[in-house]
Amino acid sequence: MSESPQSETQKDGAGLPEAATSWEPRIVAFICNWCTYTGADLAGTSRMKYPPYVRVIKIPCTGRFDPLFMIKAFERGADGVLVSGCHPGDCHYTAGNYNARRKYTVFKALLETLGMDMDRVWFSWISASEGGKWVDTIRKFTEVIQEKGPFREYREMIDVG
Amino acid sequence: MSKIGVFVCHCGENISRTVDCARVAKASGQIRGVAVAKDYKYMCSDPGQALIKNAIKEHKLDGVVVSACSPHMHEKTFRKAVTEAGLNQFLCEMANIREHCSWVHEKEEPTTRKAIELVRLMVEKVKRNMALEPIRVDVTKRALVIGGGVAGIQAALDIADGGHEVILVEKDPSVGGHMAQLSETFPTLDCSQCILTPKMVDVGSHPNIKLYTYSEVEKIEGFVGNFKVTIKKKARSVDIDKCTGCGECQLKCPSKKIPSEFDRGLKNRTAIYIPFPQAVPARPVIDREHCIYFTKGKCKACQKVCPTEAVDFEQTDEYVEEEVGGIVVATGFDLYTTDKQGPYPDYKGYGEYGYGEDPDIIDGLQFERLASASGPTGGAIQRPSDGKEPKSVVFLQCIGSRHPSKGIEFCSKICCMYTAKHTMLYKHKVHHGTAYVFYMDIRAPGKGYDEFVRRAIEEDGAVYLRGRVSRIYRSGDHLIVKGADTLSGAAVEIEADMVVLATAVMPQPGIEGLFQKLGISYDQYKFASEAHPKLRPVECATAGIFLAGACQGPKDIPESVAQASAAASKALILFSRDQMLREPVVAKVNENTCIACWYCVEICPFTAISKKDIRDRQGNLIKRVAEVNPSLCTGCGTCAATCFSNSIDLDGFTDEQIYSEINSLMAVGQDLFPEPEKAEGDSPDEKAA
Repeated sequence: MSESPQSETQKDGAGLPEAATSWEPRIVAFICNWCTYTGADLAGTSRMKYPPYVRVIKIPCTGRFDPLFMIKAFERGADGVLVSGCHPGDCHYTAGNYNARRKYTVFKALLETLGMDMDRVWFSWISASEGGKWVDTIRKFTEVIQEKGPFREYREMIDVG
Repeated sequence: MSKIGVFVCHCGENISRTVDCARVAKASGQIRGVAVAKDYKYMCSDPGQALIKNAIKEHKLDGVVVSACSPHMHEKTFRKAVTEAGLNQFLCEMANIREHCSWVHEKEEPTTRKAIELVRLMVEKVKRNMALEPIRVDVTKRALVIGGGVAGIQAALDIADGGHEVILVEKDPSVGGHMAQLSETFPTLDCSQCILTPKMVDVGSHPNIKLYTYSEVEKIEGFVGNFKVTIKKKARSVDIDKCTGCGECQLKCPSKKIPSEFDRGLKNRTAIYIPFPQAVPARPVIDREHCIYFTKGKCKACQKVCPTEAVDFEQTDEYVEEEVGGIVVATGFDLYTTDKQGPYPDYKGYGEYGYGEDPDIIDGLQFERLASASGPTGGAIQRPSDGKEPKSVVFLQCIGSRHPSKGIEFCSKICCMYTAKHTMLYKHKVHHGTAYVFYMDIRAPGKGYDEFVRRAIEEDGAVYLRGRVSRIYRSGDHLIVKGADTLSGAAVEIEADMVVLATAVMPQPGIEGLFQKLGISYDQYKFASEAHPKLRPVECATAGIFLAGACQGPKDIPESVAQASAAASKALILFSRDQMLREPVVAKVNENTCIACWYCVEICPFTAISKKDIRDRQGNLIKRVAEVNPSLCTGCGTCAATCFSNSIDLDGFTDEQIYSEINSLMAVGQDLFPEPEKAEGDSPDEKAA
């Protein structure tokens, strides 16, 4: 831990006292408030375990998910992005997840054309009762990302573009 | 510069067991914009809350991050606490380091690091939070109840007794619904009409209830607390104020061979008719499709005989507008019919069972009419073909229900019980007869229900055969029912005098048109969907609309009545205040940049976005922009993610907030990329600003 917090704050602007010594996967999860967030809560209350590399950003509904969020996350160094919401038909807002799915499908095709590695983008339905599914999803996704390693290709892709 | 306070909770040991809370607090204190960061054993306790409140006052904080459990657990608690310290409640956010961190990870370095990052993410968000005020909406304290069956009647009476005006709309000429058709009810065998008709009379005479029979909801506008409803009063051709209900017209009407809907075709009615003697209102209506005057241009026999000159052939449909604050939908059910031209063209019938072809094959509601004292036979069990007393009756359950290949997978719930009741009613009237029941499973959960079925089997001697019927055909005077008894493994052939089919409970045909007008969702079978199957079973996802009875799914009478009272109490809760408060998480339009592409208008699931004209002082149209009605908007944010010109944002989840959250997470202290990128990534504040 650093002895001079002031200088450190200026260094990384975040007050992170210690950085990871080796590479760790960085996964950003955009999850809806009603189903997946609550499902992840359930995983917690059930004391299930999963790797600590996922960072959750809560959105009210997957309908709020703008594909640009994903691009931004990759730009900022994410190795994987997960979007998860209510199962089809269960959306708290009746249709937000359908819109998210539609948007994702179209955007996916575009990114694939650009050569984006779509295995780094996962989309799933996890309901408030599926704590186990949340845990499985995070475990599997973390494994995949760990196997793939840092997302250097994205940076290369951007540089070329 | 923001002044954010970060408060890290140990939650006893729940968090501190795996997360180094003191380190989280210390690291949080170093985040730009954080004025104070503290950790404490129980942040939600009184001293913990006092710690937050004092810090708000002492440091003049303009934002608070409580780093503790899930916001679903204690967000309200902490928002209340900060309000008490004079801070707007929406400037308080929670970083979930318990359910999403300490409980799901082992005690190791990355766990604490994750907790710090989650705090940082929330700090970045709170910096951009705005003070919001709950939205206030005026409430019109009147209710609309759609459907005058037992559920609608109960809901209307409860709301009316609660002191509020009720508009009750029924599409048929009388209230009563299907319950009025029933003979006796399970599990007590009390007479349906005896318990229902007093309620029907109450509905007709209650000072707070405005009854529109033979009427339909034409149009619905507005939103919770402020609906504007247009009701179409179909031309009755009878002035119900002049009419005394004497019934002379029915006696004189020459068009007498119209199958009665109330008696389900087992009896005929006239073209001018009162549907049944206990109808409310007990006033006739002219069926214009069958009336000789309306079809051929002359007759008017009813008009000539009417002593009060109430018959009015010139009457036209009338439209009335009513303003209401809440709506109870109680449109009920109808029965799946097994013949080829049923009201449900999407579903296959049972051609092999011969319903609609052989008069002695009837459905459950027809049997109710046969057994009813007010029915076509005066309560005597007589088969429709020749009026003979049937010596054996075969009852088939699950006709349509639980039959995926016929398109219906659900259980209709009431048929096991009413079939058991039918066998009892039959045996009580035809003592030497035999009742056979083909069933799949007996489903009788309910107070006194299983005992009731046992009574039918053990005391009244109904013969229950577990299996399906393959074919029914006529052989002389009898119907031959061929089926299988799967318990004994034998093929069964029964000579029956009458067959009763327990057909599936379905929503009213075409009801989705009304649901679409209301803006409520429905399932694949067109049953209305509730907001939450367990915790909000009587509310629709659309605020201010409540569900009662079988329009939501198959239900028996006690359940329909219970749900109706629940829906009424929800409406009464709505009416208990002059204004409603709503979470201010709603979308806002930037009118300067809106390009009027209307994608948001199309995509909004709540029709909360409309087109607004912007005019100059002379009234000339300058431009058109999208406008969000905050009373209708539920804050899903789909519009914000769809807007082409970035002109819609969602309060509480703005683009700026989400992007700063993303920025805060990334590329910190990790050698992901070569130097130049890292330097850029290291200053999220400047980047976001």
